[in-house]
Amino acid sequence: MADVLNLFQRPKTFGHGIHPVEHKELTAGQPIRRLPFAPELIIPLSQHKGRPAIPVVKVGQEVVRGEPIAQADGFVSVPMHAPATGVIRAIGLAPTAEGPKTPAIFLKVYHAASQQVLYGLDCEPERMNAKNLIHAVQDAGLVGLGGGAFPSHVKMKPPGRRIIETLVVNGCECEPYLTCDHRIMLEHTDALMRGIRIALRATRAERAIIGIEDNKPDALAHLRARLPAHLPITVEAVKTKYPQGAEKMLIKSLLGLEIPPGGLTADVGVAVYNVGTLAQMGDLLPKGRGLIERVVTVSGPLVERPGNFMVPIGTPLRFLLKQVGLHGAIGQVILGGPMMGMSVASLDVPVTKPVSGVLVMEREESSQKDLRVYPCIKCGECLNACPMSLNPSLLGELALVRDYATMAGQHHLDHCFECGCCAYVCPSNIPLTQYFRIAKSINRDRKG
Amino acid sequence: MATILTAVGFMAALGLLLALMLVMANRRLYVYEDPRIDQVEDLLPKANCGACGTAGCRPFAELLVKREIEPSRCTANSSSLNQVIADFLGVDLGVDEKRVARLACAGGGNVAHVRATYRGIPSCRAAALVAGGGRGCAWGCLGFGDCEKACKFAAIRMNAQGLPVIDEDRCTACGDCVTHCPKDLLSIEPLSHRLWIACKNPEFGALAEQHCEVACTACGRCAQDSPEGLIQIQDGLAVIDYTKNDLASRVALERCPTGAIVWLESGRVEKGRDARKVVRKKALSA
Repeated sequence: MADVLNLFQRPKTFGHGIHPVEHKELTAGQPIRRLPFAPELIIPLSQHKGRPAIPVVKVGQEVVRGEPIAQADGFVSVPMHAPATGVIRAIGLAPTAEGPKTPAIFLKVYHAASQQVLYGLDCEPERMNAKNLIHAVQDAGLVGLGGGAFPSHVKMKPPGRRIIETLVVNGCECEPYLTCDHRIMLEHTDALMRGIRIALRATRAERAIIGIEDNKPDALAHLRARLPAHLPITVEAVKTKYPQGAEKMLIKSLLGLEIPPGGLTADVGVAVYNVGTLAQMGDLLPKGRGLIERVVTVSGPLVERPGNFMVPIGTPLRFLLKQVGLHGAIGQVILGGPMMGMSVASLDVPVTKPVSGVLVMEREESSQKDLRVYPCIKCGECLNACPMSLNPSLLGELALVRDYATMAGQHHLDHCFECGCCAYVCPSNIPLTQYFRIAKSINRDRKG
Repeated sequence: MATILTAVGFMAALGLLLALMLVMANRRLYVYEDPRIDQVEDLLPKANCGACGTAGCRPFAELLVKREIEPSRCTANSSSLNQVIADFLGVDLGVDEKRVARLACAGGGNVAHVRATYRGIPSCRAAALVAGGGRGCAWGCLGFGDCEKACKFAAIRMNAQGLPVIDEDRCTACGDCVTHCPKDLLSIEPLSHRLWIACKNPEFGALAEQHCEVACTACGRCAQDSPEGLIQIQDGLAVIDYTKNDLASRVALERCPTGAIVWLESGRVEKGRDARKVVRKKALSA
């Protein structure tokens, strides 16, 4: 009977948004596999939002897999752990996806180092109080693995008098190509449920809702069948639409709530966690371990053996791409999804905590299309696409005349979270999102 | 008829009353402003560039009339006009050394390697936001000419290798280019600072040279031979102590193996004889 009713129920969603080609079939059926260690791992000290970690190891020191190598600097910061057994070769500057070189720990991995994690202290999260749980989450070095990289424990303790009522578990994975969260929901279900239980205890939330896009019916059915009976956890299907996985959009879809401008999700009593983050939390916390690896989707038209891999943090892209094989010359390498991910300028950039995908695009794909930028024809496609209901067309014209103050003041540029919908639909190829990123960077400079 | 007369009479009376109020207000609220401020402002370039350290030309003129600032502080004006202002106000012209913008990078397309090609909006700021712009050196000039576009005095011109060249005569040291460079490579320096480190790469040795042929490798030869701590190696870069600028000479140039130390005189960039000769004119391939 319930199934019949479900047929008439339309999945929850938000207004506007786009439907990019998914390309998920490349890796959706690929189980998570492990890779050998790279000969050298590069662990940047600042892989998260907040202050960089402080190294606690010296050059030449031997470390075992899982051992802490850097400690958190204050509350909004997380420690780092050794992803493999080896010796610290250097502490110096390493390239990042963003561009500037930042301090990092270079770990030379011992030949035939074991994948077994040797470091950790078993504990019982079920018996810990909220305060200790938040500490434990910070000690595990957990950050938002969906791409935000915001330290997970900070979200558990919202500032001021805000309280968390609802825990939203983000299993949307709305970016094309990416399937790592999909695989985590199918394969790491027990860890995910443990993680949700821990997060419920730590945030003191009353209920948890798992939001999954309806293009993953197997994950929906799998999780629905394995929900613990005595806990207030529900699974909700949401419409397959980009950017459904953005936390503001998902909260609007599931709960109908809007976060006030410049506010936090905690302002509406919600904390959003990615399924990958919670699965790691459920896996690591009972064992007292730290985050040393994550699931990464390696895909794209140039990859010979696309798949989902458990990749140690710090693995250089060069090594990762060698393992999966490439055919043809690399056109572009993107960390994350194709919509919001970052192009990298060097294959020496390591996989860091927020990297959910590595996509290799071909050169021809970009050159076949007409990439000339034409003037705005006021078609209004971008207005229909913008999930924040901004006016990208007008903002783009203001960016052309460099009126960045008006963009931020009257036209709410700060609400833009750079999802890229406007640039995606623009028939004139106007690089709107890039304009907005420039404008925001200049406004930040002026304020500072 | 009487109605019209009443109306006209009323309006006239009202007009007189309001006029009287205006006269009173003008008397009571009158602010004396030195007429010389306007005259001095007319002699200033009115570029409102802010190089003098005030908000614009009018505030500068006010300070001039109050004798709180010297006319020579305006670097956008010609020195003859500044002399006219000084004579007009009966003050000393003052000595303010001419300052110009200097670029701390020598990595043009012919010497600095490109790791990845950037194909977006042709602006340094935009490129810097996409993986740092694709240049091998994360600190170097991107060469899209944001500084050239920002310069109101047309003092910056991009050369064939994609490096900005600053025209010392035209530069007014307003600092617009300094704020527009996303890599913080430009700074305002007095003309007498002739010895100059044209590099910001803090890496050492081969690491620095891997991406640019004219990088400062922090080898320390210049510092070893420099008189009384004029040059020191700090954080992987040679740093010149300009309080000892009188000791600076072309000797340091001869010590530098890459040519990261240069001598800037009359618009020319001089390198030491031992500096690596780069005769290549074309850009290096990615």
